Amino acid sequence: MFDAPHIPLPSLPGVGYKPQHFAEILADPGPVEWLEIHAENYMGAGGRPLAQLRALSERFAFSVHGVGLSIGGADPLDRDHLARLKTLCDWLQPASFSEHLAWSSHDSTFLNDLLPLPYTTPTLDRVCAHIHQVQDVLGRRMLLENPSSYLAFAESEMEETEFLSQVVRRTGCGLLLDVNNAFVSATNLRYAPRAYIDAFPLDAVGEIHLGGHDEDADDGGAPLLIDSHGCAVADPVWALLDHTLGKCGPRPVLVEWDTDVPDWPVLADEARRAERALQRVPA
Amino acid sequence: MTGQAGFRTALLDPAAAPPAGLVNPDGTAAAKRFDVYRNNVAVSLAEALETAFPVILKLVGADFFRAMAGVYLRRHPPRSPLMMFYGADMPEFLQGFGPARSLPYLPDVARLELAIRRAYHAADTAPFDPATLTSLPEDALPGLRFTFAPALRLVASDHPVAGLWTANTAGGSAPSARPETALVTRPGFDPIVDALTPVQGRALDALMNGAPLGRALHQSGPDFDFEQLLTLMLERNAITALTTEEFA
Repeated sequence: MFDAPHIPLPSLPGVGYKPQHFAEILADPGPVEWLEIHAENYMGAGGRPLAQLRALSERFAFSVHGVGLSIGGADPLDRDHLARLKTLCDWLQPASFSEHLAWSSHDSTFLNDLLPLPYTTPTLDRVCAHIHQVQDVLGRRMLLENPSSYLAFAESEMEETEFLSQVVRRTGCGLLLDVNNAFVSATNLRYAPRAYIDAFPLDAVGEIHLGGHDEDADDGGAPLLIDSHGCAVADPVWALLDHTLGKCGPRPVLVEWDTDVPDWPVLADEARRAERALQRVPA
Repeated sequence: MTGQAGFRTALLDPAAAPPAGLVNPDGTAAAKRFDVYRNNVAVSLAEALETAFPVILKLVGADFFRAMAGVYLRRHPPRSPLMMFYGADMPEFLQGFGPARSLPYLPDVARLELAIRRAYHAADTAPFDPATLTSLPEDALPGLRFTFAPALRLVASDHPVAGLWTANTAGGSAPSARPETALVTRPGFDPIVDALTPVQGRALDALMNGAPLGRALHQSGPDFDFEQLLTLMLERNAITALTTEEFA
């Protein structure tokens, strides 16, 4: 559907970029070959944020990851915001652009969270229309990320994996498989994480995410995992990554750590663990 | 579609029942699970406000700030996904916020913190050669107009707003009781706050609005020391270009 003028992300480790790591990443990146930024943090006109990207982009490939487009929103996409995304992508020329299967804005209110969607035909139509629009404006194929779910919708008509497969079929977009989200959702909604991966349209996966989660409990005392990105990746999530890579082969693997951000060596160690997982997989 | 409208309303109203149709894995209504989203929204917006207003946070304390942020975020939820600019309504909100009435300078401190945030993200500018200024014939000076860096901001106040900010960031002595106009500039990547007198502030404001130097000086009266202001502006890389009358 789209020419592929962009060199894709390498099937190597990346990390979510945090400005406090700027100097250390340049001096000692460890196994990190690419960086991901939250698009919305780089929509100012200038200053340090854009200067850092300018410097880092000479050494690293970039992934631009939107957190505010509200692709699952019932409202039309925010054209101003889409234009800002285009400006950023045209300037930075990232290897990849991704967004979430979620909504975050309604009636001009932005809620700053990735909110859940019922998996129904009307939702599918809307999400596909919005993805078409994004891909048309940006002039590139985008990746869509599977969410962390804390609850389900009584009205859902299909599984998330079926929903995502249909989105891929109808829009030609790729997928960002967040293995931690898959584990969190599977635990919270009581299904087997590996069954979710096995049903996932892995051929479309252009990037894998890993992140830390917190443990809580629901009304009935059952485990409820919260996708916090505030700690190290949990062991069962690393195991699920092994299972995933074993099925789909090497992919770009990103470690996200967004709150209680650790010192660079700690994050670099997480990237090393991702590197070892990738090295175990036959190319 | 009413689904997301109802969801949004319930997210921002802790007293509202969770929207119908949200279920636990066993099919029962998801109450605590909905609270995860409610909590994410409230906490993330309150944290965004703490990031935006560190001096307000310091002045009122963490407990007061959290309570105030809880009211603010429900009355003024973000209108845009650019969280770096969330909180633009804070000065007006604080003006009318009863519990903050004993701190009448808070709205101006909020204005200053917003100005600093804007300055941080403002467009970069090319350095300006001060020799351009000294080479001008003296009779060109009254018609001189300045172009200023996009990072430049002025916050006029009846309170010592720059001193309050400085005392609560860099430390230092308690501010005077005199009114100040805070000058925000960004010579490199980090915004700097300087205190101007109200007269200096008004003169600079006139220049920023396109007045020629002669008019700005005339309005400011005979006691006004323009050279001192000009030196500061050059030090702060706040001037980007000059135009003289014949080109204007």
